[in-house]
Amino acid sequence: MFKLLRYLKPKDYLFIGLAVLFIAGQVGLELKMPEYMSAITRLVQTEGSEMKDILQNGGMMLLCALGSLISTIIAGWFVSNIGADFSYIIRKKIFDKVESLGINEVRKFSTASLITRTTNDITQTRMLITMGANMLVRAPLSAAWAIIKIHGKSWEWSTATAVAVVILLATIITTMMIVIPRFKVIQKLTDRLNGVTRENLTGIRVVRAFNAEKYQEHKFDKTNTELADITRFVDRVMSVMSPMMYMVMNGITLVIYCIGAYLIGNSVMADKLTIFSDMVVFSSYAIHVIMSFLMVAMIFMMIPRAQVSADRINEVLDTPLTIKDGNFDDDTAETGTVEFRNVSFKYPDAEEYLLKNISFKAEKGQTVAFIGSTGSGKSTLINLVPRFYDATDGSVFVDGVNVKDYKQKALRRKLGYVPQKAVIFSGTVASNISYGDSGNGKPSERKIQKAAQVAQAKNFIEKLDKQYNAHIAQSGTNISGGQKQRLAIARAVARDPEIYIFDDSFSALDYKTDASLRQALKDYTKDATSLIVAQRIGTIMNADQIIVLDKGECVGHGTHKELMKNCEVYKEIALSQLTKEELNV
Amino acid sequence: MFNGGGPGGRGRGKDSTKAKNFSGSIKRMISEMKGFYLAIIIAIIMSLGGSILSVITPDKLADITDEITGGLMIDRGRVEKVSAEIMTSDMSQDSKIDGVTVSAEDKVVFMQKVQEIAQDLDAENPADIDASKIYGAVDEMPESVKTLIEPKMDYDAIKHLAIVMGILLALSAIMEFVEGWIMARVTAGFARNLRNRISHKINKLPLRYFDKHQIGDVLSRITNDVDSVASSLDNSFGTIIGEGSLMIGATVMMFWTNWILALVAIISSLLGFIFVAIILSKSQKYFTDRQVELGNINSHIEEVYSGLAVVKAYDGKATADRKFDKINRKIHTANQKSQFLSGMMHPFMAFVGNFGYVAVCVSGALLTMNGYISFGVIVAFISYVRLFSSPLSRIAQAIGSLQPAAASSERVFEFIDEEEMSSERGLGADIDKDNVKGDIEFDHVKFGYNDDKLIIKDFSAKVKAGQKIAIVGPTGAGKTTMVNLLMKFYDINSGDIRIDGKSTKEMTRAEIHSLFTMVLQDTWMFSGTVRDNIAYNHTSITDKEIMKICDTVGLGHFIKTLPNGLKTDVDEGGAISAGQKQLITIARGMVEDAPFLILDEATSNVDTRTEELVQKAMDKLMEGRTSFIIAHRLSTIKNADLILVMNEGNIIETGNHEELMAKGGFYADLYNSQFAL
Repeated sequence: MFKLLRYLKPKDYLFIGLAVLFIAGQVGLELKMPEYMSAITRLVQTEGSEMKDILQNGGMMLLCALGSLISTIIAGWFVSNIGADFSYIIRKKIFDKVESLGINEVRKFSTASLITRTTNDITQTRMLITMGANMLVRAPLSAAWAIIKIHGKSWEWSTATAVAVVILLATIITTMMIVIPRFKVIQKLTDRLNGVTRENLTGIRVVRAFNAEKYQEHKFDKTNTELADITRFVDRVMSVMSPMMYMVMNGITLVIYCIGAYLIGNSVMADKLTIFSDMVVFSSYAIHVIMSFLMVAMIFMMIPRAQVSADRINEVLDTPLTIKDGNFDDDTAETGTVEFRNVSFKYPDAEEYLLKNISFKAEKGQTVAFIGSTGSGKSTLINLVPRFYDATDGSVFVDGVNVKDYKQKALRRKLGYVPQKAVIFSGTVASNISYGDSGNGKPSERKIQKAAQVAQAKNFIEKLDKQYNAHIAQSGTNISGGQKQRLAIARAVARDPEIYIFDDSFSALDYKTDASLRQALKDYTKDATSLIVAQRIGTIMNADQIIVLDKGECVGHGTHKELMKNCEVYKEIALSQLTKEELNV
Repeated sequence: MFNGGGPGGRGRGKDSTKAKNFSGSIKRMISEMKGFYLAIIIAIIMSLGGSILSVITPDKLADITDEITGGLMIDRGRVEKVSAEIMTSDMSQDSKIDGVTVSAEDKVVFMQKVQEIAQDLDAENPADIDASKIYGAVDEMPESVKTLIEPKMDYDAIKHLAIVMGILLALSAIMEFVEGWIMARVTAGFARNLRNRISHKINKLPLRYFDKHQIGDVLSRITNDVDSVASSLDNSFGTIIGEGSLMIGATVMMFWTNWILALVAIISSLLGFIFVAIILSKSQKYFTDRQVELGNINSHIEEVYSGLAVVKAYDGKATADRKFDKINRKIHTANQKSQFLSGMMHPFMAFVGNFGYVAVCVSGALLTMNGYISFGVIVAFISYVRLFSSPLSRIAQAIGSLQPAAASSERVFEFIDEEEMSSERGLGADIDKDNVKGDIEFDHVKFGYNDDKLIIKDFSAKVKAGQKIAIVGPTGAGKTTMVNLLMKFYDINSGDIRIDGKSTKEMTRAEIHSLFTMVLQDTWMFSGTVRDNIAYNHTSITDKEIMKICDTVGLGHFIKTLPNGLKTDVDEGGAISAGQKQLITIARGMVEDAPFLILDEATSNVDTRTEELVQKAMDKLMEGRTSFIIAHRLSTIKNADLILVMNEGNIIETGNHEELMAKGGFYADLYNSQFAL
């Protein structure tokens, strides 16, 4: 938790100091008040006291109250700034860090978890800082101060107060010990309930087709009842706390008064009045002491929760970057070439290689296709070119330069990458096509339209309400899968790259669009090199080189014709999709 | 009260924390709790009882204080009476005063002491009195006189009062606890009811609903919204009832004790409360802002993180950062302002409490000195002020947190009130799946998802038992529409679909469903064992029968390799591949064993060998059934008795392979295109 505070700016440290100062001031003033209270008490009670004195003490007390109010507000202003700064700075830090993480690290954390770390976890830690900082400073100060004030008044009263504190703490600790493990169970049951519902919703057609509504409802009801039972139990345990606190707080006053009565009765006349006003003062300070201990207990309950969040944040921030930037950004001797030399790859934490000893060279203007069953490593292979991962052994060269030597920006400006699942950003059609920085400034309107035309997206775009300025919802939920894919391809085209990388980008398109798109692309980018991962034989039949992968190994390399003759795996795939006569063999 | 924007808040609109109709939804919530009225009434009584008791207790404390002060003050009249008696008696002799023997020496000492403090006692100005001097003098007086003039504390009375107060405190705690106990039952039960109703509702809604709403939305109603309603029930309702009665109790007690002080206390508290109300309403805006901006940053982060490869490949960092910084700045402001303003509330309430204290003390002192009230009344009032002012802020908070709860309850009830599928009362064709031949006839079927836009315009076809119908078309062509109509997931606009000559309009949905086996591309698996997934709701099927079916679809060997065979949990470590999942759903279809089959041939993410296995299993499933196949294999399409070609939702061509190729239309185009480059 404290590790995170080092990211704060000097201004925030100054604010922390000032906040502590004002909180201390506030505590001091707050604890001064009972003195005036007792003075008022004595005055009211002594016969013949003058109104003037009561007013004076009352005025002083009000001044203290006002001062305490003002210092609390000032301290609150500082604390709220510290909290807001904290979440602002840390959120930015994490966001930057995630942006620079390799795809492999992101995969390890999972996107969903990274999102929670950037949002919820920060909120959790901020809450500890804003609420905790206040209490963390206040509680010990006010406890110490109050204890000093009442110290040595009477050991009987002190013992009574100590007993009250112990009773309260014991209640809280036992309750928490019973409740906290069950909170985890509740979370689990909630997840399961979500699971059953999700199941019913995603499979709603199946559920109905099988007339299985009752079956699902019964399953839901079972978990639901379990959840209701345990929440009820936890609520009941928790409902001990508030009455207990209330009783102890009131009880301590009663006990102090009873002890007081006894002490007064047994003392000489001269001491009676002093003991009486001590008693009134003590009872109010005793409540301060108890409250302080309650606050400390609350912080201790909050810390573990926030600590978990802080650890999760630190985990991201402390992740070492595996992809290191090179410094080459000059012109290259070759253009449009991609070469793999004995490339092998495995995830750092895995045992088995996903790619084994792959070598090939794509010349300028060539189309190189990769095919193989799921898990054969074709996507992984293609992802080594933009350095989403680094090869474990061997090297990848783009334009004759090792990809590790490039500045990442320089390398990626040469590439037009289209992922398997189209990534669409909220914004407009145009903002999606012109996305990013190609190093040549923003593409012109004409260029955007041309790219859309090549990607076979022109027709559907021009049918939209505002055409290129049509709004695109987050994840492109307002357009179809095929349309998203075409926008993603247009984005690559608008970049005018030397090398296209299509990671299975055509599967979401129907055969017809697939064919005309590839034709248009070929016409538009004669000099560009294409690396294509595909599942359909039809998509890659005419490629200059086809590389057949099976379990990470290259089991065939050649043209369609060659492979149909000498590669069993390729033949098997081809025949499962098309008949012999369709394959022209 | 203002929970951070969790993932549940994601994507929700601006108004997700604001109820559209606050009082309406509260009323609805109350009326929905019908089954719990008795429990709630008992809880309210308990809460009231507890509050009343905790209002009476300060009164007892005041009595104790009075008793103690009673044993503290020297009665001036008594001192004067004693000294007068001593002076009138014979100074040289012992005498008995009020049954106490005072010796001659004692009298002398007494007179000396009285002399010493005489000027204090006779002082014109009460402020000049030095009380401690008087008390000190009394201490030095002889024992006999001391017993006469020293005040006596009534220990019995104090003991009695302390016991009463102790009992009251304990009782009030017990009552509060019982209230919590009952409310726990009410909350858990109510939440359970709501969840169950949503769960049941899911299966009563037309599919149309799910086309328009996202799964996440329904899920968040079942968890987040129900939780929010339940916790507000527990906290807010409880608080409002408990604290409200506390406040009323305090008010009554105050007026009953002394109306002037009561007015002083109430007015000073209310003044402060107005301030707090203003702060609360001001900070509300920033809390809403914060929720909205947190939602925005959530969406943005999700977009960037999940598309990180593209962000990197296209150098989109600058764009992403710009947007991030802008939202982050806004969150910073909203965070700071909302935190600051809401943080001001408690100190303000504390100040109001102190202000009330001083006001009561000063006016109380005035009244005491004029002899209107005793000191104990002030002590009691100090508690009353606290009892009156602290519920005020808690009630304000509770009402504040009821806002999002009301919004949540609106969302829950909106779902529960959603229009259900058309009633099936009086329907039923007495159809038995074992005796159905398997003919099906489409008679001038017209259908559209929207009333104004027909997508199936006048479709007629006759299918004989055992025939195969292939549905083809590009992705998104609306092939599932056919599934929807066959299964009566949607009602057709006009025309009729007849099974064995009987109109499906006369059949219940359950009857139709029992006639169909459906295997979709989505290999829908649910948590549970492999056996659960295959048998599904056919709970009476034996393991032997299941294994026989598994052998038929080529799943037998795989199941034998599983650690627990049929009893293996499907969730365990993804041991089941996509292809095997597909086989399991096919086996599930076989268990259903219905005369009609709806099958989606698409095999996704399956390697070539498994694909062969799956296709073989599909062929087995088709045997002897009238089948509607969303076709992906040329062999299926070519062998089909009827091909329905679909595009953009419509059936645009029908016929068999040869007929359609000869026609040279969309189908022929589609068929030929896959070999061009």
